[in-house]
This record gives sequence, C-alpha cells and structure tokens, in this order.
Amino acid sequence: MRTYETIFILKPDLPEEDAGKFVTQMEGVVASTGGTLQKTDRMGRRRLAYKIQKYHEGEYVLLVSEAGPATVQEVERRLKVAEPVLKFITVRTDQALKRVAKKQRERMKRSARKKPKQSAQSAQSAESGASPA
Amino acid sequence: MGSQPRSGPPHRREGGGGGGGKRQYSRRRKVCRFCVDKVDHIDYKDVRTLSHYIPERGKILPSRISGVCAPHQRRLMRAIKQARNIAFLPFASEA
Repeated sequence: MRTYETIFILKPDLPEEDAGKFVTQMEGVVASTGGTLQKTDRMGRRRLAYKIQKYHEGEYVLLVSEAGPATVQEVERRLKVAEPVLKFITVRTDQALKRVAKKQRERMKRSARKKPKQSAQSAQSAESGASPA
Repeated sequence: MGSQPRSGPPHRREGGGGGGGKRQYSRRRKVCRFCVDKVDHIDYKDVRTLSHYIPERGKILPSRISGVCAPHQRRLMRAIKQARNIAFLPFASEA
C-alpha cells in the first residue's frame, strides 16, 4: 500500500451542501476501491495564483489515503469528469516520508554520539575564554 | 537581507600608478537555509516557505543567489512545480 495525497479545487460558487456531498462521495470512492482514508481536510477558500476557467478563487480539499494504484486511478477518473472540480493533483508521499524518517533517525543517532564530546569541548572553551578576562 | 557584511574596506595598494587592481573583499559565504533549519522535506503545500524562493516575476530563484545547496534546490524545485500545478503559486505573474 502507498500513501497518496490528493488535492482538488472546487468551484467557489458551489453551494456548501453540494460541496460536502461531493467530498463524502470521493471519500466513498476511496473506501470502495480498497483504500483507507487517513485524513480529509477542507482547506477552505483560497485565492488562486492564476485563474482557472475564469475563476479567481477556489475551495481546496485535501484527501490523504493509504491505497493502491487502482484507487488513484478511479479517484482521478472521477475528478476528471466531475463538473465542479477545477483542478486536481495526486502526489505519492510514502517514499518521501520514509526518507524523512530515516534522516531523522540518523540525526538522532549522530547527536547522541556527538553530544558528550561537544559539551566537554564547549566547557573547555568557556574555561579558556574566562581565564584571561 | 539588505546589509552584506564585508570584512573591512577594499585594500588599496600604496604607490604604483593607476588603479585597475582587483578589489579585495571577502563576501560572506551563503549558507543553505534548509540545511541550517534541518528541513528534510519541502512540502508543496507550504506556500509560506516556497514564496521566499519566488521573485516578483514568478520564476524559481537560482541557488547561486539564494545559496540553497544542490540537494535542497532539487527538492525545492519539485515542490514549486507541484505548487504551481495546483494554483498555489503562479507560473508567471505579469510584470
């Protein structure tokens, strides 16, 4: 299973209830195709950096899901044909997250190894700095 | 980043006729912001961070100016391009 982030932009003039309905519908698609939803975030209305289909604003929705490629395919197909969607993007994040975790682990290890030495050094330099003054 | 600390005024040689000598001053070495802050992942959703590397025109700021190291510049580039795709950042702003 992989982790994917899907962001899509809904038209700003879509009624609130329709937007909610659409989001729950997309959540349903994720669940029905064998994925598990980790997070749904209505990021709210934002100004677009450039206009899309003559709209200057859009409502951003973020879906984070743990799913296989079939889910992504289906979700993207739905988003493509859905009328209120201005634009969408799917990004795979599990590899990046793994890399980050590994880096942090390495850093922890290094700092744990380095610390006693470093503190001794800093104490020494503080002493030598203090003595002439 | 207005003031650029220089180590003293350029040294002028005594004697010898005209100018034309190389000005000697050492510019402070730029350091990669991401390395200093120990940022491992540059997220395309983090517009606040990305916008530091987007000048007026909307282009990506070259690392030779920002001082970002090569590995981080690559990640930054990807993040900016993804952010552009979802209209967080402009492809080009008129100016």
